[in-house]
Order: sequence, then C-alpha cells, then structure tokens
Amino acid sequence: MPAVWHSATVVAVHDETSRTKTLRLRLDAPSGHQAGQHFVVRLTAPDGYTASRSYSVASPPDGGNEIELTVEHLDDGEVSTFLHDVLEVGDELDVRGPIGGFFVWDATTPALLLGGGSGLVPLMAMLRLARATAGEPAPAELVHLLVSVRTPDDLYYMDELRDRADATVLYTRATPPGWARPAGRLTADDVLPHLRDDQAIFVCGSAPFTNAVGDLLVDLGIAPERAKFERFGPSA
Amino acid sequence: MAKFTRGFTGRGKAARDPRLPPGQYDTGTQWPVLSAEATPKIDPTTWTFTVEGHVEQPTTWTWDEMHALPASTYAGDIHCVTTWSRLGMEFEGVSLDTLLAVAQPRADASHVVAFSSTGYTTNLPLADVVDGKAWVAFTADGAPLSRDHGGPARLLVPHLYFWKSAKWVSGLRVLDHDEPGFWERNGYHDRGDPWLEQRYQGD
Repeated sequence: MPAVWHSATVVAVHDETSRTKTLRLRLDAPSGHQAGQHFVVRLTAPDGYTASRSYSVASPPDGGNEIELTVEHLDDGEVSTFLHDVLEVGDELDVRGPIGGFFVWDATTPALLLGGGSGLVPLMAMLRLARATAGEPAPAELVHLLVSVRTPDDLYYMDELRDRADATVLYTRATPPGWARPAGRLTADDVLPHLRDDQAIFVCGSAPFTNAVGDLLVDLGIAPERAKFERFGPSA
Repeated sequence: MAKFTRGFTGRGKAARDPRLPPGQYDTGTQWPVLSAEATPKIDPTTWTFTVEGHVEQPTTWTWDEMHALPASTYAGDIHCVTTWSRLGMEFEGVSLDTLLAVAQPRADASHVVAFSSTGYTTNLPLADVVDGKAWVAFTADGAPLSRDHGGPARLLVPHLYFWKSAKWVSGLRVLDHDEPGFWERNGYHDRGDPWLEQRYQGD
C-alpha cells in the first residue's frame, strides 16, 4: 500500500512515561499498516513552514481507521515538543503512511524481537498482533520480546509487559525492588533461552544498542540475513 | 488536509538556513546513524571496489589501488530522508568519474546499482553519478569513516537523499535499464532529490 496523506483527528492521549506519550489518531480511511511500519506526522505553520517526523505505529493492524503513535519528548525537539505540550484531543494532524516495507512482521512465522528504549514501539505492534491472532500470552514457538530499558521509569506499555510469559524486560541501570537479574546490558545469557533456529530476528533501538546486539548475534553464529535492524537516530 | 496545524508556529523563516531543503531540519553537529542491517567489520586489506555490468572494462580496485588514484573532496551538505540534514561537511575519496573513465560504460548504459558487502543495494541514474556528483568516500571531516557511517568506504551522492550513499559499498553494476534497490523496493522514491522532496514512491 503506498504512503498516502491522511487527515487525522487526535482521539486520545496518554502518558507512557514522564517523557513519553502515546497519541491515538483516527484517520480518514483504514490505516492499512503492517506491524513494524511508521507514519510521518507533518506540522504546518500559518506561514506555510512545515516540520515532519516519523513515528512507529505501536498499535497492531486491525483493519480499522485508528493508529497509536508513541512519541518521546526530546529536549529542543521541534515536533516532539509540540506534540507533548500543545496538541490536544480533538486537534487535527496531517499524517502520511504507512511507510517501510522491510521491518515488518505478520505474526505467521517465528520471530524474536529485541528492543532498546524507544525502539520497543514497532516491536510492540508485532507482539500485540501476535497476541491478537494467537492468544495471550503469545506462544513461545511464535514470538518472544526482549526489551532493554535503563530504569523502571523508562518502560513503555508496562502493564502489557511486566510478568508476561511472552516478554522479558531487562534493566541496564536500575531494577525494580527485588528484581532477580542485576542491572546490566543485554548479554548472550539473556538471549539464548529464547533463541530458536527458525526465528527471524527484529532489532530496534539506538545505534549503540543495535550495534551491540548485532555483534552479539554474530558472536552467537547467527547468519546476518536472519536479522533485520531499525536504528533510531536522534529525531528532534 | 488541514491548512495549518492549530498552535504550531514553527521557528520562523528568518532562522531557516537556505541550505536546508524543504521539510528538513539542521541536526547541528550530530550525525544520526540509520541502517537496516548489522554493522559489518570490513578489513581494508581485503576490501575491494568493482565496476561491472554494461562497461567495456570491468575493473576491481583494492584499497591500495584506490588510494593511488587522485583524491577528490566534497565540501557541503547531506540530507537524510528522515528529515535531518547536516550542513558544511567535508568528505574525501575518489570521484566516480575517475573510476568510470577506466571501466568505460557502454553507449546504452543508463543506470547503476550500487551494492554493499551487506547485500544492500540502491539504484541511481548514471547521470547522477558522473560530472563530479559522486564519490567513493573514505574520510568525513578529516577522520576515517567509522563503521557506523559505512567505513571503511561508502558511496557519496550528496545531491540525493542519503540512503543513495550506500554504506560499506563494494561496487557498482552498470545497467541499460533501471532496477530498484533495497529501499526503493520498500516504498522509497527511485531518484530521491531532496529539493523536490522525492521521499516516497509517488512523490
């Protein structure tokens, strides 16, 4: 499906963390997206000046007109600051999508999802799709999500991820009280219990996170063509 | 489409650098890293660059052979389709004109596909990589290209969106027809001119 412009209405906004919100948008037509794709949000000033940024869709494909975008507030971020501080329910936004035909998954073949920080967003659409089609928790032979965050305050979608058989949360700086795994970066010991020979591997996060995971996968002897990467640069 | 977004005033035209194409913002000194594959470790001693396909003299250069060719510099801006631009950069490498003069594209050559050791590909009209518009680059701002940014060598085609500037480039296939590359098969524009905002198929 080509990326087309939509008029979108903001139907809900809620906080994921202290610096991150999820926007629920109603489009003027079915979203037509696949899990893993993104949309462009374009802001237009009265003088015609525009600013656009891409945001991954967090909600799974469901045939409907609504999508959820999760937006981290970046310091001095022109678009993210507007979306956090000015945008209200009922406002209209121009959005374009769905975009990206590579980092996508339809929940019919096995996958391992590895996310760092805000790189969780497209993987969450995949996990939600798997749960919607295969039941919750999603079967281990279909999918497992590993997400790495700095502290408990940095975890998006916490109610859907903590204490779930199909998801593992790793903390790199500080853990919740009584957490068995000490704070630290993702290691082979975290990945191996969930790794299967038949999985495609989706890796999404910052360049340092995705590079570290890429090196880890190479060290584990995984063929590069099994893994797809989406790197998030700063997107202000 | 909404005429404008309620409450959005932008940053004012006065502050906008004329070097920024429409819809782009200045990333300052940051250089974001985007790619779809694992970052490879490429040893310059085994790196090669090949020009093949519709050429009279298919040719492969080693690292040392490439560095024995006349060096050429690009000083200017780069533009990523994800809307960041980085202004005032300097890259050094070898002009594709130098390499194509050796390989000699045939009269019916019209396009090239650049390919990388990772399997990444991107397509370009031949006209976009000749006449001082494209390089095999080894350094950025005076330092060897890091792995993240495509080191040891990347294609540099700075007048087009930066996904055309293939990281970890290992050659060019010269064609007598157009053949979409990796992102071009996945929804992105075939040419990618930032001044025309050719971001996605259909633009």
